[in-house]
Amino acid sequence: MSRNTEVFVIGGGPAGLSAAYVAAKLGARTLLVDDSSRIGGQLIKQTHRFFGSSNRDAGIRGITIADKLQQDIKDVSDKLTVLENTAAVGFYHNKEAGILSHSAYERVSYQSAIVCTGATENSLAFENNDLPGIYGAGGVQTLMNVHGIRPGQKILMIGSGNIGLIVSYQLIQAGVEVVGLVEGSPAIGGYLVHASKIRRLGVPIYTSHTILKALGTDEVEGATICRVDEKFQPVPNTELDIKCDCICLAVGLTPLIDLFQQAHCRMVHVGELGGLVPLHDSSMRTTNPEVFVAGDASGIEEATTAILAGRIAGARAYESVHGKSPQAEEIVAEAREELRTLRSGSTGERIRWGRERVMKEVGEC
Amino acid sequence: MLKHDGIISNEELKAVLPPPARLEKGPVAIIECLQDIPCDPCVSACPVKAIKMQEGITDKPRLEFDICTGCGLCVAKCPGLAIFIINLKHTPGMATVSMSHELLPIPEKGQEVTALDRAGKPVGKVKVVRVINPPAYDRTAVVTIEVPVDQVNNIRAIRV
Amino acid sequence: MTSLRIEHHPVLNFPERKIINFFFEDKQYQGFEGEPIAAALHAAGIRTLRRSPQKDRARGFFCAIGRCSSCIMEVDGQINIMTCITPLAEGMQVRMQKGHGVIKP
Repeated sequence: MSRNTEVFVIGGGPAGLSAAYVAAKLGARTLLVDDSSRIGGQLIKQTHRFFGSSNRDAGIRGITIADKLQQDIKDVSDKLTVLENTAAVGFYHNKEAGILSHSAYERVSYQSAIVCTGATENSLAFENNDLPGIYGAGGVQTLMNVHGIRPGQKILMIGSGNIGLIVSYQLIQAGVEVVGLVEGSPAIGGYLVHASKIRRLGVPIYTSHTILKALGTDEVEGATICRVDEKFQPVPNTELDIKCDCICLAVGLTPLIDLFQQAHCRMVHVGELGGLVPLHDSSMRTTNPEVFVAGDASGIEEATTAILAGRIAGARAYESVHGKSPQAEEIVAEAREELRTLRSGSTGERIRWGRERVMKEVGEC
Repeated sequence: MLKHDGIISNEELKAVLPPPARLEKGPVAIIECLQDIPCDPCVSACPVKAIKMQEGITDKPRLEFDICTGCGLCVAKCPGLAIFIINLKHTPGMATVSMSHELLPIPEKGQEVTALDRAGKPVGKVKVVRVINPPAYDRTAVVTIEVPVDQVNNIRAIRV
Repeated sequence: MTSLRIEHHPVLNFPERKIINFFFEDKQYQGFEGEPIAAALHAAGIRTLRRSPQKDRARGFFCAIGRCSSCIMEVDGQINIMTCITPLAEGMQVRMQKGHGVIKP
């Protein structure tokens, strides 16, 4: 079987949903596929209120933003087809892609594709890091906030970025004791208000520390942590054993990029953005002119910026099928201005450096 | 120090504390937000426009202490749960602290709970004097507790 | 059903679901219809989902979204089933895979 669409969006997280909504709203026939049984991506697990501008979604819980995006796409259902439980498995020549669901493999021919595949969780090297009871932060959120099951009774969090801090708070809300949060750097990585929030509920924050090993033979029974020096090397005789039945790894994300490589997009390695990302311009167009990108796949950031980049990609993908449009231009201009504001200030520094590098390399293409 | 352990030091707190003369007048907000993060819901939450950001949304919120009425509408809106209302004029010798509470159980008025400091250390039993949890607060309750005046900037959480 | 199940949550409501029976290594357990197999096992206190083929190390789930393959098990005779994204159904027979498992015709 085969399908035909003007705009083909891969991934139903905040970036993909926003891209598909904008493309369809402007008038493009759009197909969105997502490999999970419930669209919304990671937003459906976010019980906390979002930062950002109140003009957009700040102060609203992630789960509520997911509901809003899902409502938006219902409003454009005459132009937009959504397929859940369907994975995009390959790009072929002549603007064709393959999609796979439980029941069938189909071909999709498209005019523009927007790839919003998100990211995958990083692991960390330490002794016994393969024991049952060691979970990624996303895995913990899925188990806890989607399926209503606690990962354990006592958990040790590794990583003090926003994800480590926020998931620690979510664990406390679910009734799990967070026995500590371990961070290799001397300073907390995420927003300090998130850190204070868990600290005043009694979670010890071990900065300049690392995990040496997980304790236990067949399951996690504890962890040994120790102090590290300025070069992140363990300081002898500073080991501390902590009892816990789970360890949560919140040590960063890596963009999911397989499809860009299949589509022959030029890739560039930018550490600030999480690793290899497809080179793209400020319209979110990759070096393959039919392929756009948005969200974590274009560089690890967060949901609000993913929504805005998705809106830009959706508007430009529409234009590449139907030609220039003043409404599309307006959406792009507005989203660009919001992105600029969100990324300003000292906490946006790393992202700004990363994105400037991508833009510079694009200019040199 | 905040960036090493998540605990705001007394030195760091000075930047956001209202002057003594304002504290004498009754309830006022303390916005314990000391970092340039992209966030502004407190600005639009304030009905008397006492919270300002000069350089866009990554600026730190600045509270005009004399305009602030201590109404508390900003408390539940802050995604960082970083806003507290303190009232030194509660009763002689006793003050109140109002804070966001998103954990179960939600305490009831009159209930005794354990007060925690910024490090989560118990500092004694305190009485809950008010709980506000309307649908508009979207599951963030604002709990007011009665504390000794000298604890007003030490107690920042409760265990029910 | 067990202490790991969240009964009350300050922000989330978990809808009522149908309780069903399934089997792990021939022993009967209960779980909710449609929840991932690995989630039902976890709630029942089972965290070791397989042993690694070469070094015989215990393995549980890691990513819970069908990416990492740490949770693969034998389900109703079929091997390499990602149990973190496969919905639980009444009477399912779930087993730990031996080695790389055997593909049945």
